[in-house]
Amino acid sequence: MSTIVVFVEHKSGSARRASLEAIGAAHATGMTVVAVATGPGAADLGAQVGAAGASKLVAITGADKYSPDGCAADVVALVQAQGAKAFLCANTSTGKDLLARVAGALDCVPFADCIELRNEGGAFTVRRPVLAGKASITTQSDSAVLCASLRPNTFAVASGAGPAEVSSVATKGGKVVVVSIAAKPDAKLDVKEAPIVVSGGRGLREAGHFKLVEDLAAAFGNAAVGASRAVVDAGWRPHSEQVGQTGKTVSPQLYFAVGISGAIQHLAGMRTSKVIVAINKDAAAPIFKVADYGIVGDAFEVMPALTEAIKRARA
Amino acid sequence: MKIIACVKRVPTTEVQAKVAADGKSIDTTGFEYMLSFYDDLAVEEALKTKEKHGGEVIVLTLGPSESSKELREALAKGADKAVILVDAAWHTRDARSTAKALAAKIKELGADVVFTGRVATDRDQASVGPMLAAYLGMSCVTDVVKLDLSAQGGNAQRESEAGVETVEFPLPAVITCDKGLNEPRYAGLKGIMAAKKKTIEETPAPEMPNASRVLKVELPPARKEGRIVGEGAAAVPALIDALKNEAKVL
Ligand SMILES: Cc1cc2nc3c(=O)[nH]c(=O)nc-3n(C[C@H](O)[C@H](O)[C@H](O)COP(=O)(O)OP(=O)(O)OC[C@H]3O[C@@H](n4cnc5c(N)ncnc54)[C@H](O)[C@@H]3O)c2cc1C
Repeated sequence: MSTIVVFVEHKSGSARRASLEAIGAAHATGMTVVAVATGPGAADLGAQVGAAGASKLVAITGADKYSPDGCAADVVALVQAQGAKAFLCANTSTGKDLLARVAGALDCVPFADCIELRNEGGAFTVRRPVLAGKASITTQSDSAVLCASLRPNTFAVASGAGPAEVSSVATKGGKVVVVSIAAKPDAKLDVKEAPIVVSGGRGLREAGHFKLVEDLAAAFGNAAVGASRAVVDAGWRPHSEQVGQTGKTVSPQLYFAVGISGAIQHLAGMRTSKVIVAINKDAAAPIFKVADYGIVGDAFEVMPALTEAIKRARA
Repeated sequence: MKIIACVKRVPTTEVQAKVAADGKSIDTTGFEYMLSFYDDLAVEEALKTKEKHGGEVIVLTLGPSESSKELREALAKGADKAVILVDAAWHTRDARSTAKALAAKIKELGADVVFTGRVATDRDQASVGPMLAAYLGMSCVTDVVKLDLSAQGGNAQRESEAGVETVEFPLPAVITCDKGLNEPRYAGLKGIMAAKKKTIEETPAPEMPNASRVLKVELPPARKEGRIVGEGAAAVPALIDALKNEAKVL
């Protein structure tokens, strides 16, 4: 049976959810899924990737420090050894980088940030957004190996299967090495992967007022903070939190836009969210055109009340 | 140092997408174009690198002849030369085809460091940079927000989901530039005058058939009509009720 290789990101043996989603998407094609992971703890992922639908796990050893080109070489070797028909990963910062390197080495076309994947009698088609989500393109891959990264929060995680069979291979090593990582404070959720995003804009008037946004995110517990470009450019928030055409594209279950007008470049980054809530004092703000629910009002008045209500609802 | 900035013209971020009559492409009637946001950062980093290490900056694009507008701007900022690999149907090339054509030209020109934007804001692929590195056998660091280059290699910072990564790499290298790396300069009057005398080389882009076929272009489904649940803090209970019982997301 044909094989799909899926790269699994993890933190000390705990798999990233977006990677398990990629395994789920691979499994859904009906092909055999071989997961590959690198770095300390990779060999401990057998049960997690197995439950998600992988039948084998290949742990790359000797790669204590991540090397993007080294990892690509390891993945390429595995794809070739398995005679795999496809390579998938999550469309994260690491995944996107790996995708293009692997596609280059295999001389195949990469498809980043896919939101649909189909296997029709061995021919793969993918759908991916372009122009920051203003349109989407369905493309058939004519490459020997389909190379694609999948948008987080878009594909389902399968469950129920037994552990994957674990083997290991030594890394080929690379020229480019991640020598250190300054981890985010208190393991903050990334805006791209969080199931709930609370974003603030210029309506908050100054950096310190983002406490209102942070408090609501904290009340949920599983929410990340996002920002409009206006507040990133003003230096109130880091670029890593910017949502939109020149920031991140997010599609959480629930998105809050607080004091954000809803410029086309911002909408591009969040319009595929499942449910959108807008809080804005201007009833004519364009954000209300895409919002499922809106409150017309002053954020300084609405946000504390909303945070208290969420705390009660979650208690 | 031999420095190349690979850039691309893209539709402005204000454009509204329309599906063309064939259902397989975007109707670009009325589109206006600009240098891709992140490519501006690539040009700036190339100029800064020249200022620090000496050498020459070449701006390279694969695109229509009209790209000379964006390239002229880069020349006015201080780039030495510009090259267009001319292809009027540039936006129909897949990432592999684009990367192979650019790689062939970079090989001919020679480069110690190649800068590109993190992603082009039309296809949103973020693939051409690392693919160039693969085809050229160069090292590569993507999404760079801080860069220190020496004659042999460098040290870069990039932001990932895990945090800020510090990456060491040898030259020659491809660096893809993310917001935060620098603040692009504006062209001065002197630069604009000087740019008029600089040449923009135009050569046909090498043929490189796609290894993919577009089947369909679609617009996102319109979001279903939303509603205002109320005004001010008094509307909070109605919102909670809607999220809980209607949207079922609480
Ligand atoms: C090339 C390019 C790329 C871009 N990329 C992005 C991008 O990636 N992401 C992005 O977000 N933008 C992007 N933009 C910028 C975009 O066009 C807008 O300028 C930006 O999104 C505006 O941010 P904002 O909504 O926070 O601010 P504003 O547009 O100033 O809106 C502030 C809103 O707050 C409301 N408000 C004010 N006071 C209150 C209050 N007390 N309570 C409640 N509401 C209040 C106002 O009614 C208003 O609607 C880009 C622009 C360009 C040209």
